[in-house]
Amino acid sequence: MADQVRLFGTWCSPFSTRVIWALKLKGIPYDYIEEDLPYKKSAQLLKYNPVHKKIPVLVHGEKPICESMVIVEYIEETWLQNPLLPSDPYGRAMARFWVKFAEDTAPAIWMVFRTTGEEQEKAKKEVLEMLKTIEEHAGLDKKRFFGGDNIGIVDIAFGQIARWFGVIEEVVGMELLEPHAFPLVHAWTNNFKDVPAIRGNLPDHDRMVAFFKPFRESLLASS
Amino acid sequence: MADEVVLLDFWPSPFGVRLRIALAEKGIKYEYKEEDLENKSPLLLQSNPVYKQIPVLIHNGKAVCESLIALQYIDEVWNDKAPLLPFDPYLRSQAKFWADFVDKKIYDLGRKACTTKGKEHEAAQKEFMNCIKSLEVELGDKPFFGGETLGVVDVSLVPFFSWFSVYEKFGNFSIELECPKFNAWIKRCLEKESVSKSLPDQDKIFEIFVDIRKKLGMDRIMTFCGQVVVCRAKSSNILDQFLTLNEFCSCYSE
Repeated sequence: MADQVRLFGTWCSPFSTRVIWALKLKGIPYDYIEEDLPYKKSAQLLKYNPVHKKIPVLVHGEKPICESMVIVEYIEETWLQNPLLPSDPYGRAMARFWVKFAEDTAPAIWMVFRTTGEEQEKAKKEVLEMLKTIEEHAGLDKKRFFGGDNIGIVDIAFGQIARWFGVIEEVVGMELLEPHAFPLVHAWTNNFKDVPAIRGNLPDHDRMVAFFKPFRESLLASS
Repeated sequence: MADEVVLLDFWPSPFGVRLRIALAEKGIKYEYKEEDLENKSPLLLQSNPVYKQIPVLIHNGKAVCESLIALQYIDEVWNDKAPLLPFDPYLRSQAKFWADFVDKKIYDLGRKACTTKGKEHEAAQKEFMNCIKSLEVELGDKPFFGGETLGVVDVSLVPFFSWFSVYEKFGNFSIELECPKFNAWIKRCLEKESVSKSLPDQDKIFEIFVDIRKKLGMDRIMTFCGQVVVCRAKSSNILDQFLTLNEFCSCYSE
């Protein structure tokens, strides 16, 4: 009998949603445990991720794996159907490059969310730089998805652009992903959200706005 | 047709050292090209248009950027010798997790521990030592993170050895005294020719930092528009030629 797969996450986290997408794309059954973040962390979460104490954590049998893109690569290597990475080493290196780029630039949008004034302006510039780099260098002019004809690991890594950007834009009252400025990235977000495994596993925009708006207010009030 | 391997690098960079060690471990012949980071070559700019940084591994004309990614590439292409990653997917995920940990923590914290003052310095130093201790726990009783041989975590971490003496001196702590297990691991790594021949001279690295601090002096580190900036020695005009601390440090790093 196959080992049980459990995912510790939160409904509004782009990082745990990445893992859900990978599991769904490969048709892997799993149990989902919702963590009550940011308010408290369960004893199990702290046991399975003592180093960072964060979600997502995938537990396969009793083996915990942490960090969302490390988890996605583990899923890729353990369940071989519907591959998310190319088979040739150079193609894999290129995919991993863009995954790292997505990881390195991911915090900027959250800085737009949690700051105001000069700090927010600086974060906004970083977000726009990131979008410009993707628009100009990621090859979306030649393909529907970062992964080519089908979505792959890079699409999963950039997934927060397709839903969380819109939510944060509404909460802070700022447009960042302007369609005329970033037509390729914008088209990609629509293609990405159209994929059945993604469409059925995107946290609701309005529900997230209703959650993040007061959360931002409380962050700004306490800083 | 013989493989053509070129490494675009900068001698003090710990990220470049990672690739030098891996290439040596696997016995891969390559051409080393030293980059002048103040005058980057057209080849570097063309090979890494997004970051314009070293190291870049160019294999038969194809550029692979970012050191951890290049390590995995090297491991996948030259898979007949000295594996850097285990075969088992779970053990691979653990190795990738810790290599990622090294990237996220060791470099930034070590740098902060010797370029900040007061409370910020204390916090960085404390966290840096905690990270070393976490790594000690992960190492356990194994000779190397990779087991009996060097793995991706060893190769990712040991290049920072050249900078440890800097961190210790300006951070005012001793890895040898506070983390003897970690120190023993360093010594075992240094016994490997692939490591000892790839590391830049520790004294030369130390000299870089001492020279910079002497030329600039700590009083030339100040805040300007809320950002910590360092004034270039060449310019006496404060508004002219300044860089953020990150940009300054990035001249010596990935």
